[in-house]
Amino acid sequence: MPATVVTITSGKGGVGKTTATANIGVALAAGGQRVVCLDADIGLRNLDVVMGLENRIVYDLVDVVEGRCRLKQALIKDKRLPDLHLIPAAQTRDKSAVSPTDMVRLADELRPDFDWIIIDSPAGIERGFRNAIAPADRVLIITNPEVSAVRDADRIIGLIEAEEKGPAELILNRVRADMVKRGDMLGTADVLEVLAIELIGLVPEDENIVVASNRGAPAALDGNSRAGQAFRNIARRLNGEDVPFMNLDESKGFFERLARLVRPGG
Amino acid sequence: MSSFFSRLTGRRDASSAETAKERLKLVLIHDRTDISPAVIEVLKDEIIAVISRHVDIDRDLVEINLTQNNRESRLVADIPLINSPKKRRG
Repeated sequence: MPATVVTITSGKGGVGKTTATANIGVALAAGGQRVVCLDADIGLRNLDVVMGLENRIVYDLVDVVEGRCRLKQALIKDKRLPDLHLIPAAQTRDKSAVSPTDMVRLADELRPDFDWIIIDSPAGIERGFRNAIAPADRVLIITNPEVSAVRDADRIIGLIEAEEKGPAELILNRVRADMVKRGDMLGTADVLEVLAIELIGLVPEDENIVVASNRGAPAALDGNSRAGQAFRNIARRLNGEDVPFMNLDESKGFFERLARLVRPGG
Repeated sequence: MSSFFSRLTGRRDASSAETAKERLKLVLIHDRTDISPAVIEVLKDEIIAVISRHVDIDRDLVEINLTQNNRESRLVADIPLINSPKKRRG
């Protein structure tokens, strides 16, 4: 079966698009599916460093579009997973170097050889965003439980509907159960009520994400990372599995729970 | 401890999450439709003018609101009529 194109976008910057792209790509490829992650953030590429493949880049997306290399030459093989690939963005060009039509053509060329094409969208609602959603079969909108991020997600949902690329599905990222519990962070139900779209992922705040990006080894590879687990769950849901959402409140470690027992209310 | 005192005094401030949700809902109503509160006021004045040309209405109680349900927006107008015993103007 030809690949499904999944675009991950958000409107707002810094909410976790690149992290989600890398981790979902890793989780799908770890399950033996053929995956290519495509960085559509031309001029501000980062998917390469998050995946730890920055030293292997020879050609990039713009080289392919402008005919300086064949598509296969720009496909970088992952170090750890044989079924995972990356097409990096160009760093010294801007979004206008590629058009939505180029992206559709590129995706069509990749489709027969892969199961999944995961596109990391740039922030914003301009050309780069248009490029990223042009070939999408499914759109995942990622947001954080904060007013500004949710507002931008809502704007993107409207644009996706207008482009008839919907219905978009939501990833709620960087949730802190302790803050939700004390009423200082929007909870999942709050965000879903406001945005009125389907949830496909619920990802807790997790220090392992920073460690993972330091090392260039996505957290989905780490069996102990809660966020990694959440991204693996998203990959399974993309495959049509019915996976229950994580109970974020269980995130407390053994010692923290012990401390709470000893010091009630502390 | 603040929760102890607020319970003692029977007062309860909205949590910051509740405040965030209410602010979001309001801002999104206008984001989604591109209709500002100022435009609503203009609409209200013009609707009052048109309708009161034909029937008596209670101008002070007219309400025009933008509402939303599952991303569908609608304008809801509540226009109280004056049920005066006097004959309709002809």
